[in-house]
Amino acid sequence: MDFFELFFESLNTLTVNKLRTALAILGIVIGIGSVIALVSLGESSQKSVQEQIQSLGANLLTVMPAAQTTGGVRGAIGGATTLTYEDAKAIQTDAQITTIKNVSPELQRRTQVTVGRNNTNTQIIGVVPSYAEVRRLSMASGVFISQRDVDNMSKVAVLGPQVVSDLFPTLTNPVGQTIRINKIAFRVIGVTESKGGSGFQNQDDVVFVPLTTAQKIIFGVDNITSLAIEARSEDDMLETQNQVGYFLLARHKLSDPSQADFMIISQNDILNTASQVTGTFTALLTGIAAISLLVGGIGIMNIMLVTVTERTREIGLRKALGAKKNMVITQFLIEALTLTFIGGIFGMIIGVLISYIISRLINLPFTISPQAVFLAVGVSGIAGVLFGLYPAKRASDLQPIEALRYE
Amino acid sequence: MIKVSHISKIYHNGIVKTVALSDVSFEIKKGEFVAIMGPSGSGKSTLMHILGALDLPTSGSYTLEGQDISKMSEDELAEIRNKKIGFIFQAYNLLPRISALKNVMLPMVYAGVAKEERIKRAQKYLKMVGLEDRMDYMPNQLSGGQQQRVAIARGLAMNPSILLADEPTGNLSSVQAEEVMQIFKKLHEQKHTIVMITHEKTVASYAKRIIKILDGKIVSH
Repeated sequence: MDFFELFFESLNTLTVNKLRTALAILGIVIGIGSVIALVSLGESSQKSVQEQIQSLGANLLTVMPAAQTTGGVRGAIGGATTLTYEDAKAIQTDAQITTIKNVSPELQRRTQVTVGRNNTNTQIIGVVPSYAEVRRLSMASGVFISQRDVDNMSKVAVLGPQVVSDLFPTLTNPVGQTIRINKIAFRVIGVTESKGGSGFQNQDDVVFVPLTTAQKIIFGVDNITSLAIEARSEDDMLETQNQVGYFLLARHKLSDPSQADFMIISQNDILNTASQVTGTFTALLTGIAAISLLVGGIGIMNIMLVTVTERTREIGLRKALGAKKNMVITQFLIEALTLTFIGGIFGMIIGVLISYIISRLINLPFTISPQAVFLAVGVSGIAGVLFGLYPAKRASDLQPIEALRYE
Repeated sequence: MIKVSHISKIYHNGIVKTVALSDVSFEIKKGEFVAIMGPSGSGKSTLMHILGALDLPTSGSYTLEGQDISKMSEDELAEIRNKKIGFIFQAYNLLPRISALKNVMLPMVYAGVAKEERIKRAQKYLKMVGLEDRMDYMPNQLSGGQQQRVAIARGLAMNPSILLADEPTGNLSSVQAEEVMQIFKKLHEQKHTIVMITHEKTVASYAKRIIKILDGKIVSH
């Protein structure tokens, strides 16, 4: 018997009870739709997190203070104050360290900034000029901190756009204005372009000042809170990490790496951690979606079983007229497959649509995961066979006389 | 052509043993029109099922055109039913959702006959039973007599060795029954072998030979 004839015949039977067919399909639509939507959304959020981390600068290593050991007592992690501007300069100039492009020592602390009656508590970052390049910062107006500003301990500041709108609600260009940081007057020399402010911290809510000014004039400290190092290329990351690590150990007169008063975190470490978190989340969501797909499949099986019972007489007649077992099985399998196939197509459309709408709503990049589509369609096909097989087998096992007698 | 020898059929229903047929033997020759008569519960339906290869006897043998049916597999039986037996049921048993023409085509679909050939043959047999203007009607648009005539056309579709009719007039008015019996008469004249089960004497009178059955045994033939 011709496959296409069987297919059209099954379409024919499926249109007899349209509501029931539609409800059976709906289960599959929801299952496939949610798998595709959730996997796609998971992947876009993963991509978005990766993009955000990469926007902080590529090929980046960050040296952070770790715990300091004084007289055999190990202090709190991050408590060390031994990382300095001099370390940064030494790394930049040392002949042994060959793989770095830029070094950006930073001192970050929060404090109060005021302009007249407006005030805000914001992040003060003491920087050197290389910061702009390492952190991919560009200026909306004015200029960034120069080496001269750093050398002269100038009282100049570059504002993030968020700080501008907090402090100068009526002003469009605050360059040339004066702000007070810890009551000390600073001249505004520039405004940075917005970097977007979601994720870990608002990258627009910052005030940049020369590193030396931040150390000596604002906070009265000698150390820095982080040291960003840009490697020449991604391949140099590990080499750079090793070179800088040994260099700093030697410079801080530490022989045992476990006693190090600093730690080096690479961009890749952060990226991997973030990817792992979003990946776990995606897997969880997909698991839930897969359950709804399973439920949809069971719905198909239920409908098929009802159909077999309802059509006992028809099956009996077909067998009396010469239908062999596998012909009956094929007929019912095709019916089940048609249900799941139609459900799969609609589910795909709806899943893509949902992930498009949601990614628009929450500002994520819109991606369709091809794996999710293949997976969902494959699973629906398997579900069709799996959940159709038992009812089809039951139909083919009916004895023609019993079936013909059935009322 | 049909040779039934020492056939018995015993049903086991838990501990109850029902003998539906016991030691039945007869022969039917090619071109014969035979009626099998008996009251309900006499075993005539069981006999009909065995003759139609829908069921197998518990013991004894049944040969149809030299082939021993009693030891065949399920799929082999399906093939026999498809090629050698034309069924006509009391309740017509047409598929309700497809046209008269498609109903007649159904056995040919299972036999793998090409589509054009199927249509040609189905039209020919529908014409023969006087339904050339009803071919595209759905079963529920046809009267009982017309439905039974569609069923006869379907029974003829594979040009079977025997036509097996189970109370073919049981659901019909006397006028419609008369029409159907006229077709049987014509088919008999065309040398078709017909075995008909009935309990009506008037219907049985169309047959050339009557096998009477009572309590699973043949009482006269």
